[in-house]
Amino acid sequence: MKQIVIISGKGGTGKTVITGAFAALAENKVMADCDVDAADLHLLLQPDIKERHEFRSGKTAVIDKEKCIKCGKCAAVCRFNAINNDLTIDRVSCEGCAFCSFICPAGAIKMEENVSGEWFISETRFGPMVHAKLGIAEENSGKLVSLVRKQAKELAERRNADWVIVDGAPGIGCPVIASLSGIDCAVVVTEPTLSGLHDANRVIGVAKHFGVSCGIIVNKYDLNMSMTERIENYCKDNNIGLIGKIHFDKSVVESMVNGKTAIEYPAGIAKEEIIGAWQVLQKKLK
Amino acid sequence: MIISVASGKGGTGKTTIAVNMALSIDGGVQFLDCDAEEPNAHIFLKPVIKQSKKVFIPVPEIDEKKCTYCGRCRQVCAYNAIAVIKGTGGKRGSILVFSNLCHGCGSCSYFCPEGAIKEVNKEIGEVEIGSSTALTTSTVGFMQFIHGRLNIGEAMAPPVIRQIKKYINPTRTVIIDAPPGTSCPVVEAIKGSDFCVLVTEPTPFGLNDLVLAVEVLRKLAVPFGVVINRSDLGNKKTDEYCESENIPILMRLPFKKEIAMAYSKGEPIVKVFPEYRKDFRQLFDAIKEKKGSL
Ligand code: SF4
Ligand code: SF4
Repeated sequence: MKQIVIISGKGGTGKTVITGAFAALAENKVMADCDVDAADLHLLLQPDIKERHEFRSGKTAVIDKEKCIKCGKCAAVCRFNAINNDLTIDRVSCEGCAFCSFICPAGAIKMEENVSGEWFISETRFGPMVHAKLGIAEENSGKLVSLVRKQAKELAERRNADWVIVDGAPGIGCPVIASLSGIDCAVVVTEPTLSGLHDANRVIGVAKHFGVSCGIIVNKYDLNMSMTERIENYCKDNNIGLIGKIHFDKSVVESMVNGKTAIEYPAGIAKEEIIGAWQVLQKKLK
Repeated sequence: MIISVASGKGGTGKTTIAVNMALSIDGGVQFLDCDAEEPNAHIFLKPVIKQSKKVFIPVPEIDEKKCTYCGRCRQVCAYNAIAVIKGTGGKRGSILVFSNLCHGCGSCSYFCPEGAIKEVNKEIGEVEIGSSTALTTSTVGFMQFIHGRLNIGEAMAPPVIRQIKKYINPTRTVIIDAPPGTSCPVVEAIKGSDFCVLVTEPTPFGLNDLVLAVEVLRKLAVPFGVVINRSDLGNKKTDEYCESENIPILMRLPFKKEIAMAYSKGEPIVKVFPEYRKDFRQLFDAIKEKKGSL
């Protein structure tokens, strides 16, 4: 079984479009959406939810007004500015370290467990999918990503699947780090812009840091041919495989608007190029 | 006034809107790029960096000469960042700190009964301060530029964002380029803003993520409006949603190949096509008006 993740560093380069297309192309696979704080893959795959679970993680401090003696010790030790001047908790700033609850001489502070999201196992027209929804403004997206990854892997093992195809998160922080663990190849989708290359370079740095091998797809490559050339040279200089180049193609947006993957949509040059990229990737992983 | 520019979904043109608005306002704005994981605004604003400061978080360091492996530190750490194994049968115990999991709360060093824990600084990123003259006209004036960068392999951007925001000068117009998404880094960047501009595109992905971003802003109680980028590529659903939710649409920017081209080369739109300045100024005026009417 091979696990691949599609990441981008910068958002909006077409990561989910590529994931959806690979989901349509791969045989015998399990999908996982690890972009838990702005998940989009379900819009292409229309999962039918079979199992629904709460994601409990982290705690938030609660001050009992009756017991509080207004000594202010909690505010003095809190490093996250989560205790307001009137000695109430700013729930958004609280990181749940519990320092205040240990130090309160009146025993007025309790730590309450957060239900910070939900995760699901679903069926789609391409096979099973594990996905999640992080609650609004919640923390611990990294932990939720790890959970989705674990569930997807176990499901793939149970079903004897050949592939786990993971839609990664943008950025380089905890959710991305969590989506890289145990991955056979990270496919970095970028676009021919200075920002695209800058961000791809940073996320490739993260993948290398954790010893994960990478390949690059340049999406909308015809929008700036000289930048595309720069990215190609970057690949050569850094010994990173170029998996494919895909045209800017309005039919990709149309397919998305219709809730279809680019593969299921008639015609379009991008479709052929994505199929080509998938073949290159399969060879690379043989 | 502090205006943050955010978007649930990445790549909708958040940085484009923030940068071009900043370059269209008179009187010297302060620009804060708070996307510490993937900072991009510097590519367009080409700032001259005058000062650079490392960002540290305090993490525990154990003095094993004093440690009795009592396990109190492990007990108080909410993030499992310390592992302690008690010694048995005359064998020494052992203690391990996983500094990547540490939030720097200070609990362990406070509660260690042996005074065996000292906090030491661990570098997780840096903040750079400078000024940008990407577009100097007599009215735009001098722009102060601040951004931060999370080190590769580090997981937590919020401390870097907090450090960037320490430089906020409330007497100026402050523009914050926020990270994408809806979780902790975004919240850290947006909270305390007077107004937030949500940049979206009229596709199902864009709308799905816009709805999430709207929930974040409602939770934070920050007033907001929407900018629809590439407004001609997609469908009408975003307009319908904004109307039904009573959310003002502040600006629409159609897809143009020449705008995409300028973007790809790291050029601000208003530098290549100065005629767009009035559109971005209108955007700023619309924000001021919305803010004033609240
Ligand atoms: S609390 Fe202090 S003495 Fe006890 S295990 Fe931790 S470092 Fe050692
Ligand atoms: S400082 Fe806080 S988070 Fe870090 S190890 Fe100590 S108790 Fe854990």
